[in-house]
Amino acid sequence: MASISSRRLAKELREIQAEGCPVGISLVEANDFSKWVFTIQVMGDSLYQDEVHTLQFRFDPQYPISSPAVQFVVTDGKQAPIHPHVYSNGHICASILGNEWSPVLSVIAVCVTLQSMLASCKKKERPADNDRYVKHAPENPKKTLFHYDDDTV
Amino acid sequence: MIDGTQDEDDDTASEMDMDNYADDFKVAAKTKRKPYDVEYESLSQRSVEKLMQRDVEHICGIFGVEADTANLLLRHTKWNKEKLIENYMDNATAVLVAAGVTLPDAPTPSRTHSIASSSQSQSAARRPATRSKLLGLGSSSKSSAKSSSPPKPISRTPSKKADEAFVCQICFNDAPGLQTLALDCEHAFCTECWLDYATSKIRDESEHTVRCMAEGCALVAPDTFLRDILLGSVPATGEQQAREKTWQRLQELFVRHFVACNSHLKFCPYPSCTNTVSCPSAASKSSLITVVPTVSCGARGIGVQDSAASMSSSQQFVNGLGLKGKEHKFCFGCQVESDHRPVICSVARMWLKKCRDDSETANWIKSNTKECSQCQSTIEKNGGCNHMTCKKCKHEFCWVCMGPWSEHGTAWYSCNRYDEKTGVDARDAQSKSRASLERYLHYYNRWANHEQSAKLALDLYAKTEKKMEEMQITSALTWIEVQFMKKAVEEVDKCRMTLKWTYAMAYYLYRGNEKDLFEDNQRDLEKAVEDLSELLESPIEADNIPALRQQVTNKTVYVQKRNEIVLEDTAVGFLDGRWRWNVSVDGFDDPEDQ
Repeated sequence: MASISSRRLAKELREIQAEGCPVGISLVEANDFSKWVFTIQVMGDSLYQDEVHTLQFRFDPQYPISSPAVQFVVTDGKQAPIHPHVYSNGHICASILGNEWSPVLSVIAVCVTLQSMLASCKKKERPADNDRYVKHAPENPKKTLFHYDDDTV
Repeated sequence: MIDGTQDEDDDTASEMDMDNYADDFKVAAKTKRKPYDVEYESLSQRSVEKLMQRDVEHICGIFGVEADTANLLLRHTKWNKEKLIENYMDNATAVLVAAGVTLPDAPTPSRTHSIASSSQSQSAARRPATRSKLLGLGSSSKSSAKSSSPPKPISRTPSKKADEAFVCQICFNDAPGLQTLALDCEHAFCTECWLDYATSKIRDESEHTVRCMAEGCALVAPDTFLRDILLGSVPATGEQQAREKTWQRLQELFVRHFVACNSHLKFCPYPSCTNTVSCPSAASKSSLITVVPTVSCGARGIGVQDSAASMSSSQQFVNGLGLKGKEHKFCFGCQVESDHRPVICSVARMWLKKCRDDSETANWIKSNTKECSQCQSTIEKNGGCNHMTCKKCKHEFCWVCMGPWSEHGTAWYSCNRYDEKTGVDARDAQSKSRASLERYLHYYNRWANHEQSAKLALDLYAKTEKKMEEMQITSALTWIEVQFMKKAVEEVDKCRMTLKWTYAMAYYLYRGNEKDLFEDNQRDLEKAVEDLSELLESPIEADNIPALRQQVTNKTVYVQKRNEIVLEDTAVGFLDGRWRWNVSVDGFDDPEDQ
């Protein structure tokens, strides 16, 4: 299993290096096959203009069969974007990171989804249960069973 | 040796005799069903699979589809055959698509769509927020691989062709001659990835539905496909076992799903037991107000691991005598306790909740104690005069008015600062609280006493075993002739269970003739059980053994009869709707209205 995970990530990394990331996304750190860091920026006209956020991926040996643990970095002065599906601790409530994860999705595909999630946002606000969630949230967002309820943002 | 799955013929000769003996009794008891016994049937995993098979064949016959398809359809409709047939006749395509058997006819929304618009087009109501079609957004190699497989309805064939251009989209393995598999959707992935994916779904997630790995593809892998993946190619020997285990686990998940979908079926709750019990008469919630569905799955003994770990060698025999023969008994209607006859599930649950609640402790403290006005220590006055000295802070005060003793003078037994009005009120409140408390404690103590005795049953079994040996030595009785002791202990154990729950029932019973009769029966059983217990505890002397044997045997039969009377009368009472409660119980008239 471990070999599949590293082979797959190696391939993804090669593609990123050869073809570059999509506009607004750039690779910051990929020193090993357990943690990658990207910066993400929403291009064009949106509520998040001129904001740069840092996105962290953690992979377990079961990747890509199991989803990566994805969250916004909120340390060292970095902030999670204010969005109805992003908690202030950086955790993201997105179905493709949970029950709708599919092994054919890639790291870049996840970045693009999250970018578009921000781009289509109409109102900057935290999730309604932010305080309660952040207080008890597990360290790894994959351990949270999100209830995906809202289809509109 | 204490394996629940083991058959009786593996046991030692002595135990075998015993089992047969016990079975004889069971057969005799089963010939005529008692009103307090519920009708049920225990099924092995195999027989549940046969039930499933029957449904599948039925559907195959009606729809003219393969077993694979029928399986998927039935699982999708939660094994509701009538609903499936109705829906299928109505719109077969829709049902097939919903069950993940076939692809939707209409072309799926373009996969190379921009994300913003696709999130609107995909507005399945309960679907999550950030669902987006992502395929084709990644690298170029990805989209090229995608376009090579236009969806067309073909029969599923594991495409084992050596396609040199093929790259598995999951592991990015592009080795020539890579074996690939695809469902009807033609989303091909290498067999390795399919195996990992299916294994992870089945073993880690306990999921019996394995969908196509392509994102957004709703096709479900049929059983034969999974079988091919798991057992098809011959793997290294070590792996073979793991794969077979996964396949077995999958079968178990199918059975569990089937059982969960049928309200007249329940899985045996004992650890590592795979049996199922079918009890149609307790399938509905409303039936639980008239029957107490105590059932047994047919397996015996407790799990091998637990018993081996917790039993010391000296306990082995006790185990052989007591627990080995224990059936996997449980209540079909609730998880409260395995056998809470004669009281119905909802009342048993209510009682246990009351017992667990700390409120009763608080209630006791409230009515029996006062707090030191200086250090707030809780004090119970158990005698003496009203001049109290707190043990902790040495504060001296009057028990009656709670004021400091120094202001009090020398009235040791009467308080001259006593306020008539508030005093009467306080006393009234206190005595009222005490009456209800005492009533509760009356029932609770008796209930707990029997519970405690049941816990001590193991000791009693061991003690009895010693006595039985002793008897064989001191008298001419044979092993089989001293079994009356064991029988008596078993009976006492059983009756204590009944008695225990009669106290829970009596606590909630509405006062009246019915309750009086109930308590009469309860008292008779209680007395009989205590007499028998006493006999069992009495010392054995060589010359009184025959007399003792006679007495114990007689008493055992009597106790058995009394127990049956209690159980039967209560069960009939439930069926007749004779019982009234002093609290409101679901399904019964409210006590306020009576």
